This record gives sequence, structure tokens and C-alpha cells, in this order.
Amino acid sequence: MKLAVIRFPGSNCDHDLLHALKYRLNLDVEYVWWGKKTLEGYDVALLSGGFSFGDYLRAGAIATLTPVMDAVKEFAETGKPVLGICNGFQILTEARLLPGALLHNSSMKFICEDVKVKVETTNSPFTSALSKGEVLTLPIAHMEGRYVADEVTMKRLEVEDRVLLRYCGKDGQSDEKTNPNGSMGHIAGVLSEKRNVAGLMPHPERACDMLLGGEDGIKFFKSMVGLAKG
Amino acid sequence: MKALVIIRLKDGILDPQGEAVRQAVRALDKAKVSNVRIGKIIEIEFDGVDKGSAEASVKAMCDKLLANPVTEDYQIVDIS
Repeated sequence: MKLAVIRFPGSNCDHDLLHALKYRLNLDVEYVWWGKKTLEGYDVALLSGGFSFGDYLRAGAIATLTPVMDAVKEFAETGKPVLGICNGFQILTEARLLPGALLHNSSMKFICEDVKVKVETTNSPFTSALSKGEVLTLPIAHMEGRYVADEVTMKRLEVEDRVLLRYCGKDGQSDEKTNPNGSMGHIAGVLSEKRNVAGLMPHPERACDMLLGGEDGIKFFKSMVGLAKG
Repeated sequence: MKALVIIRLKDGILDPQGEAVRQAVRALDKAKVSNVRIGKIIEIEFDGVDKGSAEASVKAMCDKLLANPVTEDYQIVDIS
């Protein structure tokens, strides 16, 4: 079982992600360059945070035209797990592998802080080891994290149990006060129709060591350990 | 040959940048500005192509990259 951390020019959470998965969760993980045309030999594809191609035009847009994204699309079509974190989430929405879009935070400010998120579904390869309703503390660090989708998509996400994570307070309640960026439905992460592609704005890889303020990221990545064993 | 494309946020999508500018211009001249929306203008230059193929090419670029159909509308305002 091998995991690929895909790197674009401007990715900057690739090292954190590889470090967390390799040294905190003992997974077999390698970097994959954006020019690569295939993901053969890998079982999970991960798109890290950062500012791919400077986030020019729109966050994540230009990265969708790279050879590795053709490989990611093919990989996703075969049902293999693909996870995008922050810029990775933006790239997956731009590539239409996930519904909706991520726009400027309603405050127009870059937000870098710990937030609480509630696990909304455990029916996914990325949250199967968590409990439904569990509240995690994870950092966010983004300018464009406001989740937007049309009414039909929003309804489908709820009905089909495809909201992965939702911003919330410490008791799990979600309202305007606990929503850091103005996301519709307080959404922090979503799943694809086939449930094998997921994206989230928070950075679990930055919460894998008490030295850095928390270990809820390890809890989040535990499902992938299950994948590795399975 | 030069093409001019305008990209706008779809109606109903919150534009916090436009809202900040709306508040600023209201303070500036006390005009009764009710709404400001901010978009993008993209100029694309071509060498040695006719208008028809330039137009088809710009349309393909807009559909694939320049605009995000989830949140934006585009308009090719001029090709000449």
C-alpha cells in the first residue's frame, strides 16, 4: 500500500503531509511530481496545501491542466481514494472531481487559526475510523475557503450524506459564529458522488504533534492506516 | 487579432471585495451606490488566425480554464 503526495510548483504543505503520514502514522508515502503522467503503483493520491502555480486566475485552477491531474482523474474514476487538503481541495473542485467552488473568505482576510470541525459522515475511506458527530480541532490557513455551490448541489450533498466535515463550536453546534469563512452550510469538507474523492479546507497534517498544538490530525489520518491494512 | 473577455461572478454569489468597495465609494462621495460587483477582464492576443477560429479558441479557453461555470459567467465582448 503506497500513498502519493502530489506536488505542484507552489505547493507548501507537501513536506508536512509526508512527514505526518510517514513518521507519525508509519505509512509508505512518496512525493509525485506534477509532470508525471501516471499514478500506477499508488493506492491513495493526496493533494497538499499551498498556492499551486501562484493561485493565479483562481485558486487551484491552473493546476488542473497538468499531466498529473489527468492521472488523478483516471485514478479517481477507478474508485481509488483521492484526498485534497486546502489548495488540494480547491484543485479538486476546479477539476470537477468535487462539486462546488471555494471563493474568497467573506471577511476578505487570510484566516490562520485553530477551528473545530464535526465529522458528519463516517461512510468514506477518509473518515471510517472516526465517529459520526466527533468534534476535531484542526488548523485552517486560507484566503479562499468559502464553500459555494448551487441550491440543487447543496441539497444533494445533505441528502446523500456527502458533507465530510462541518465547522462547529466545541459542543458540535454550527452557526454563523462558528463559521470562519462564510461557507454555505458551514461546510469544511465534501465527498464525491462515488465517495472516493474528498476535499477539506482544514490541515490535519499540521495537527499531528503536541509540539505543534494538537494531535487530532492523527485521528483524522487513522482511517488511512485502515486502508493500508485493508 | 485581440479578444476581450469579461468574467463576472454569477448573480446571488456574495462578492466581499465588491461589498468593501461599495462601502468605500459611499464614503467617498455619499452617492447612493446600492451594489458593486467586481469581475475580471482578460485580453488574449493571437497571431495569424482568422476571427472564426480565434472565437472558437477563446470559447474553449473560457469553458476549460478562464471561467469557473460554478461561480462565474463569461462574455466575449470583442474580437478584432
